[in-house]
Amino acid sequence: MLIKRPDDIPPSEITPRKLFEQRREFIKAAGGLALAAGLPSLAWAREAFPGLQKSAYSTLEPPNSFRDITTYNNFVEFGFGGKSQPAERAGAMKTRPWTVSIEGLVHKPRTFAIEDVLKVAPLEERIYRLRCVEGWSLVVPWVGFPLAALLRQVEPLGSAKFVEFVTHMDPATMPGLRQPFLDWPYSEGLRLDEALHPLTLMAVGLYGEELPNQNGAPLRLVVPWKYGFKSGKSIVKIRLTDRQPQTTWNLAQPEEYGFYANVNPDVSHPRWSQEKERRIGEFFKRKTLPFNGYAEQVAQLYAGMDLRKFY
Amino acid sequence: MQPTSPQLTALKAALFAACLWPLAQLGWLAWTDGLGANPIEFITRHLGTWTLSFLLITLAVTPLRHLSGWHWLIRLRRMLGLYAFFYAALHFLTYLWLDQFFDLASIVKDIAKRPFITAGFTAFLLLIPLAATSNAAMVKRLGGRRWTQLHRSVYAIAIIGVVHYWWLVKKDITLPLLYAVLLGALLGFRALRLARERQRQLSTYL
Repeated sequence: MLIKRPDDIPPSEITPRKLFEQRREFIKAAGGLALAAGLPSLAWAREAFPGLQKSAYSTLEPPNSFRDITTYNNFVEFGFGGKSQPAERAGAMKTRPWTVSIEGLVHKPRTFAIEDVLKVAPLEERIYRLRCVEGWSLVVPWVGFPLAALLRQVEPLGSAKFVEFVTHMDPATMPGLRQPFLDWPYSEGLRLDEALHPLTLMAVGLYGEELPNQNGAPLRLVVPWKYGFKSGKSIVKIRLTDRQPQTTWNLAQPEEYGFYANVNPDVSHPRWSQEKERRIGEFFKRKTLPFNGYAEQVAQLYAGMDLRKFY
Repeated sequence: MQPTSPQLTALKAALFAACLWPLAQLGWLAWTDGLGANPIEFITRHLGTWTLSFLLITLAVTPLRHLSGWHWLIRLRRMLGLYAFFYAALHFLTYLWLDQFFDLASIVKDIAKRPFITAGFTAFLLLIPLAATSNAAMVKRLGGRRWTQLHRSVYAIAIIGVVHYWWLVKKDITLPLLYAVLLGALLGFRALRLARERQRQLSTYL
């Protein structure tokens, strides 16, 4: 197993070996004491998701630092004015209590409390590449579970063909909503087979901790083979439909943002090429891979489709 | 208000230093790890918006001169214009070097196929002859009338520059709009004066 750490730790912050070995001894001793006292072990006290499972779907590429992942965001409800705005402004968003209703073409429509969503399936760490339509990319160690597990709970009807994701809309804490550039609430959508694909993730955390608000707390979609805007943040409603749902960026600029939005180096954005991307933290641009490097897993979903037409 | 010659020299020196502020800012942020997760994008945007700002500041000299009667302001204009070119050149160099790393094939494709890059590149090319003819010897060589005609192209350059910014942004056009409105006011002032001048000439003929 590869043990990774964020790359922005200055050498001065790294604990000398001797000291951390002493700490381990201390924690062991403390854990022993706690056990003896019938208390939960101190060693787990700060970990949000104990017992996370590793996933075979994780990339071996080194993740970006926690700082990069949580300060360089597009979350337009918190402003269009720069990548640092979500981190500066999202703190005010209330993520508890939180419910997600799943409705539409399902046998058992249901409104889940976030606490129950967390129990739907064992939580995994999934280290995924994230490619933004703007030409940059990150590697993110998400915590989550397959969306399919959540959808199974409500038993989709045979007539369901698409899934629509509606996200949180609170004008009091989201200044971006005051701007008329997009139709709010921010909505996204997938074909049902895309939604049920094992790579499609409901993320609730990153770096082993609960999602920071700017990354879409408490619950967001992650579809790693599509451009980032497809992965809606802070989801409140999931609706199964028989018709392709209207999606926010597609409504705003259909010639620039398609419904499918699969990462594709051969289909340019009208204003820039998608052949290359800048991985945050790297100097040289790297080549963008078809389906963001997940072609082996997902390309068959689009067999026979003209991906230039269905961009 | 008319500054004396030494006062003007001091003013020019102060202005020269002040105009280096955007560059110093970049240096400071780089030193303190403040350029964010995508430093190349930050540097490009910073230099780009300052290029537009310096173009507008340069274009503000004439209206300001007429409105205030401080005709000596004209003596600061060349420096401001050259700073606009300086930041444009750094902006272009950032794209060439840091963003594309001199990948000529990709750059040529960008310029040909991406309207916002086509616009930005055009504006930069058009600025070069203006910077090259900015000294007194060139004014003399070209002759005042031809020099003035050539340098009027800065109006078109500024418009293309704002269009370049407008086409770049995703959805929030607040800042490009602000530059467009300011530029509109600066060019509108000139148009209005020209129209009034024509009117006056016409009435003297009659």
